[in-house]
Amino acid sequence: MAALSTQPHSHGAVVPVTSRAEHFTSYDVDAFEVPGGREEIWRFTPLKRLAGLHSGAAATGSAAVEVNAASGVTVETVGRDDDRLGKAGVPGDRVAAQAYSSFENATIVTLPGDAKSEPTTVTVTGAGVGAVAYGHIQVKASQFAEGTVILDFRGSGAYADNVEFLVADGAHLTVITIHDWADDAVHVSQHHVKLGRDATIKHTVVTLGGDVVRVTPVVQYAGRGGDAELFGLYFADAGQHQEHRPFIDHAQANCRSNVVYKGALQGEGAHAVWIGDVLIRVAAEGTETFELNRNLILTDGARADSVPNLEIETGEIEGAGHASATGRFDDEQLFYLQARGIPEEQARRLVVRGFFQELIAKIAVPEVRERLEAAIEAELEAVGA
Amino acid sequence: MATLEIKDLHVSVVSEDAPKEILKGVDLTIKAGETHAIMGPNGSGKSTLSYAIAGHPKYTITSGTVTLDGEDVLEMSVDERARAGLFLAMQYPVEVPGVSMSNFLRTAATAVRGEAPALRHWVKEVKGAMSELDIDPAFAERSVNEGFSGGEKKRHEILQLGLLQPKVAILDETDSGLDVDALRVVSEGVNRYKASGEVGVMLITHYTRILKYIQPDFVHVFANGRIVESGGRELADVLESEGYVKYTGKTEAAALS
Repeated sequence: MAALSTQPHSHGAVVPVTSRAEHFTSYDVDAFEVPGGREEIWRFTPLKRLAGLHSGAAATGSAAVEVNAASGVTVETVGRDDDRLGKAGVPGDRVAAQAYSSFENATIVTLPGDAKSEPTTVTVTGAGVGAVAYGHIQVKASQFAEGTVILDFRGSGAYADNVEFLVADGAHLTVITIHDWADDAVHVSQHHVKLGRDATIKHTVVTLGGDVVRVTPVVQYAGRGGDAELFGLYFADAGQHQEHRPFIDHAQANCRSNVVYKGALQGEGAHAVWIGDVLIRVAAEGTETFELNRNLILTDGARADSVPNLEIETGEIEGAGHASATGRFDDEQLFYLQARGIPEEQARRLVVRGFFQELIAKIAVPEVRERLEAAIEAELEAVGA
Repeated sequence: MATLEIKDLHVSVVSEDAPKEILKGVDLTIKAGETHAIMGPNGSGKSTLSYAIAGHPKYTITSGTVTLDGEDVLEMSVDERARAGLFLAMQYPVEVPGVSMSNFLRTAATAVRGEAPALRHWVKEVKGAMSELDIDPAFAERSVNEGFSGGEKKRHEILQLGLLQPKVAILDETDSGLDVDALRVVSEGVNRYKASGEVGVMLITHYTRILKYIQPDFVHVFANGRIVESGGRELADVLESEGYVKYTGKTEAAALS
């Protein structure tokens, strides 16, 4: 990336102190200690701004879930005792467990098998300023299903949830999650992806709004031939904390994963955190994986932390790699464009749009793509970049 | 009648500790219809001259003036200079990932011409210009300069020259790194531009071989931050046979092509 004065992350290919395999998981909130902020998985997160999601805050409201389902797609609202829930993964931190222990109703969206569905949109609106809410969503792609689900988070309040993606054998699921919260909102979310044999997921996280947004997408493979593509696009403004913690758990042979997260940051106190964990277990021979994070710092006062962790327990793999770079705006690009008569402000926009272009081009839903392009324009407008 | 006038130009670059003077009093006037070849050994400041005129932020003008048709160029921002009619074909064109060549060209043409070119004519114009430079139409959808070979980058610089039609073009070692065919194609592009109107060209080069394709009206020898000798075409021939040794005290051939 010429957009960045490339600085490799400071510590090379890291084997973390504790293996990702040993991370504790539980459905029970009380099985987790209340985090104090020094724990490895919490050390970047501003706990004080979480409105107690991590320390036992009770729900004081509920988020509204509205589903605009495509033809053939079924939508159910079920109670917390529905035994189909919780199958895609186990909560990996206290907030996820709190959400799992606290939600009242869950929404299950099922894509029909052996069929192609039009995009389905799930809109979740926060419970309102000062309110705390918990939620649960499960998206099921039946065998040989093919379709897209858009999750659109908006509104105010503190919200924690688990989102499950059960992708059955041979199914192809595309997911676009948009965090377009109001300025006050706090959202801590764990995504659990379980991929069947020869199943694929294209999972895109977009984070724009909110005071604190922390998303932990976890991918597990239930059979061979699974393929996960995880893309992320974020734009942090002054004071915003945006944290993305993808974890790919390769425990099956001949699976593939590719992670690309890109973010732009501007303004005092804008903070982006990216922790990319990939674990290739002994059984996962023939794995092919790559993860990449790029941050583009547009102004002083913004900060990006980027930590790729790659653990490999077998040598019999196709390939594994990672890259991370955080850089300032490249003045040479600006000079080149200006030297062709393009005014500075327009040149900056071209470069930032170009930075995100690779990811935006991968979004197959035109309305979402246009919305993102407009959102990025608006962000740049706001800072006068 | 476009005139670029450089008077007693002194330019410094900020290095680690102290600013270092690179240009030490450059005087040069380029009038419409004229081609000036600036020749000199490596490190003599030729590229600095081109970047300073274009307004690269790395260089500080410590004294002297640069005017284009009487307008103070040094007061202008980089993009204002380009819109005023200056063009710099860079030795190392910059890659801009994610910005397509076609989007870039149209944005630049819109800025320089003051209005967006009518789409239908524009597409035809770009296609024609690309084909004249033997550029595959597929390049239009590639990111600006990204993954281009050295020769492809240079062809695209000349493509921009043709589309933006500046009053004065500065070509900074456009010939370096080109094979014989590419040199011919690029030179023809420059000659088309020269023939297109009353324009001036500053042709910066280390070697004389490009002067076989592009006829200079004046040749200037650049050494140690200033022009040390000026003459006509014949001066290039002298440089070709004798090199720059006379000006630098070092042996350096001027014609290693």
